[in-house]
Amino acid sequence: MSFTIELIISALLIFGGLFVLVGSIGLLRLQDFYVRLHAPTKATTLGLGAILIASMVFMYHMHGYVSINELLITLFLVITAPVTAHILAKAAMHHRVKLMERTRNKHLIESARIQLQPEQDNEKQEQNKEV
Amino acid sequence: MLEIAVMLVAAMLCIALVLNMWRLIIGPHAVDRILALDTMYINSIALILLYGIYNQTPLYFEAALLIAMLGFVSSVAFGKYLLRGDIIE
Repeated sequence: MSFTIELIISALLIFGGLFVLVGSIGLLRLQDFYVRLHAPTKATTLGLGAILIASMVFMYHMHGYVSINELLITLFLVITAPVTAHILAKAAMHHRVKLMERTRNKHLIESARIQLQPEQDNEKQEQNKEV
Repeated sequence: MLEIAVMLVAAMLCIALVLNMWRLIIGPHAVDRILALDTMYINSIALILLYGIYNQTPLYFEAALLIAMLGFVSSVAFGKYLLRGDIIE
């Protein structure tokens, strides 16, 4: 393995490892659940992306073909991380998890907690059909 | 050089897993624990990929893909249970 490729793979691996570590430190150290939600969903996803690119470069160099599995893992993580964060934030608002004092726009939480019942949706659809 | 980098990154990921475990234990609310568990899934995917690089084999990518999918599904199921009191309505 040539020195340049080894250097690229090592740099990408260390970049990714540092970002994953920063995400976990943020998960432990930040003050509030809503603030804490930012660290793993952004920093850790970026770090894992760097590690996946390093793995792709390494496998291309070893076996001579680009494997699709890493691309699939990257795509899946990039799609699913915001979905998980959204559902967890909604669950936290539903349970009225304690906020930081200086959170702005606190009054919007009450309107975000309102959820339409499924029956109301059905009635609306039936009304639309009748009209 | 690559072996040193792999060992260094493995140490970083293990420290990150310990920090996530700490948050999983002390988390004041259930959502904190779910978030810590989801982060642990992602860190374990990174650790499996690193083990694949260390052994120079593409054998472990399917395991990483499975862990990614199951981690997402379990996190969404936990969140849905906390949100609605039921998983499938």
